[in-house]
Amino acid sequence: MSILAYNGGAMVAMKGENCVSIAADRRFGIQAQTVATNFQKIFEMGPHLYVGLPGLATDTQTVMEKLRFRKNLYELKENRRISPKVFSAMLSNMLYEKRFGPFFVEPVVAGLDPKTYEPFICNMDLIGCINLPTDFVVGGTASAQLYGMCEALWEPNLGPDDLFETTSQALINAFDRDAISGWGATVYIIEKDKVTIKNLKTRMD
Amino acid sequence: MLVLCPEVPTPGFSFENCKRNALLENKGFTVPKATKTGTTIVGIIYKDGVILGADTRATEDTTVADKNCEKIHYLAPNICCGAGTAADTEMTTQMIASQLELHKLYTNRVCRVATANQLLKQYLFRYQGHIGAALILGGVDVDGPHLYQIYPHGSSDHLPFITMGSGSLAAMSVFESGWKPNLDEEAGVLLVRNAIAAGVFNDLGSGSNIDVCIIRKGSTDYRRTYDEANKKGIRQASYRYPRGTTRVLSTKIVDVEEVSVQRIEPERMDTA
Repeated sequence: MSILAYNGGAMVAMKGENCVSIAADRRFGIQAQTVATNFQKIFEMGPHLYVGLPGLATDTQTVMEKLRFRKNLYELKENRRISPKVFSAMLSNMLYEKRFGPFFVEPVVAGLDPKTYEPFICNMDLIGCINLPTDFVVGGTASAQLYGMCEALWEPNLGPDDLFETTSQALINAFDRDAISGWGATVYIIEKDKVTIKNLKTRMD
Repeated sequence: MLVLCPEVPTPGFSFENCKRNALLENKGFTVPKATKTGTTIVGIIYKDGVILGADTRATEDTTVADKNCEKIHYLAPNICCGAGTAADTEMTTQMIASQLELHKLYTNRVCRVATANQLLKQYLFRYQGHIGAALILGGVDVDGPHLYQIYPHGSSDHLPFITMGSGSLAAMSVFESGWKPNLDEEAGVLLVRNAIAAGVFNDLGSGSNIDVCIIRKGSTDYRRTYDEANKKGIRQASYRYPRGTTRVLSTKIVDVEEVSVQRIEPERMDTA
């Protein structure tokens, strides 16, 4: 078994029309044993910037803390908000520094540019190779299922309400076919003037 | 004390996690594979310069991780480079590109391709093949067009036509039958397109579109998605879920304009 599948978890982010979504399940398990169903995998890094860190739970939290520290230093030094693009480059370099002893996380970044409100999504592998698609990104143990769901459900120019529905259904139906992720889900819809955070009702088995 | 005399972070790679990761590996957890770009990349020398070509598929094991990634990287205005293991190639070329830019400013001259080659091979040799960057380096300088093939272990070849990656055999068969010295630009681009197409259709690790980069003396022409070799077709129906399908337990709306300061509550120390 891979170390990335030790705790389980599923994550997806999608681009919409002037909005982005990022969603993850809420399970924290140790292999097949579920330990908690309120585990946070998506973290706020700014009013319009969220990062999801699926993978080994200990590294999820370590990397989040390192990132928050570096992001805070950047914002204090520059006296402005970090943009998703810069944030991703920072994360990528942080992960690549550990090329020969990596953190076991496959990050997903979603946000809007602080100036232009341009939607931004990206994901990377555990050593920081950035992938910048125009539609959606996935991560975690249910990624194969998520690729299938997203490829079928995603369409361009979805508004915030439709984007929520698409993201939620893609995630729920993907992790129902993955034994080690699920147990609730959280969806973030990021728009220019507001961020909507919704907890979903899902199967609990 | 720490504020006055901050710890200077050591440059280069960090091996902090290696001991832990080795322990996990000994417990039977396999180390995950990084995104690899099972690739077809090619390069040829033609009459007025060099032409580089690449497919756009990135794979993670057998999953297609990115259907339209960029494999032709910028090194200098007159030099480009195609590549292998995703993160290694990206990071290596970024670093060498910055070194070349500084070199250019320091010497006030256009970088030579040989310089880029030397920087890359010395860097890769230092890491004894652990940095899995397999590169085709092409460019035009005062000596004319040059094409180098660089292996992850740090060896390099200077050749008139090159293919690399998992689709290299398919692509080389096209070059071996079609390459001639002093090809004109149109014929050169077509040959490169056909070589990449051979990789795309005969190698599972390569796919999607064809990128081409033409470097002439004094000008570079990067044609991203030169040929969309695989069109998806138009979807006939929408699978969109009607609004209200998903059952929501709780909703929280954060008004972005109002939130300007975010307080993070300190956690209590566990004294149990």
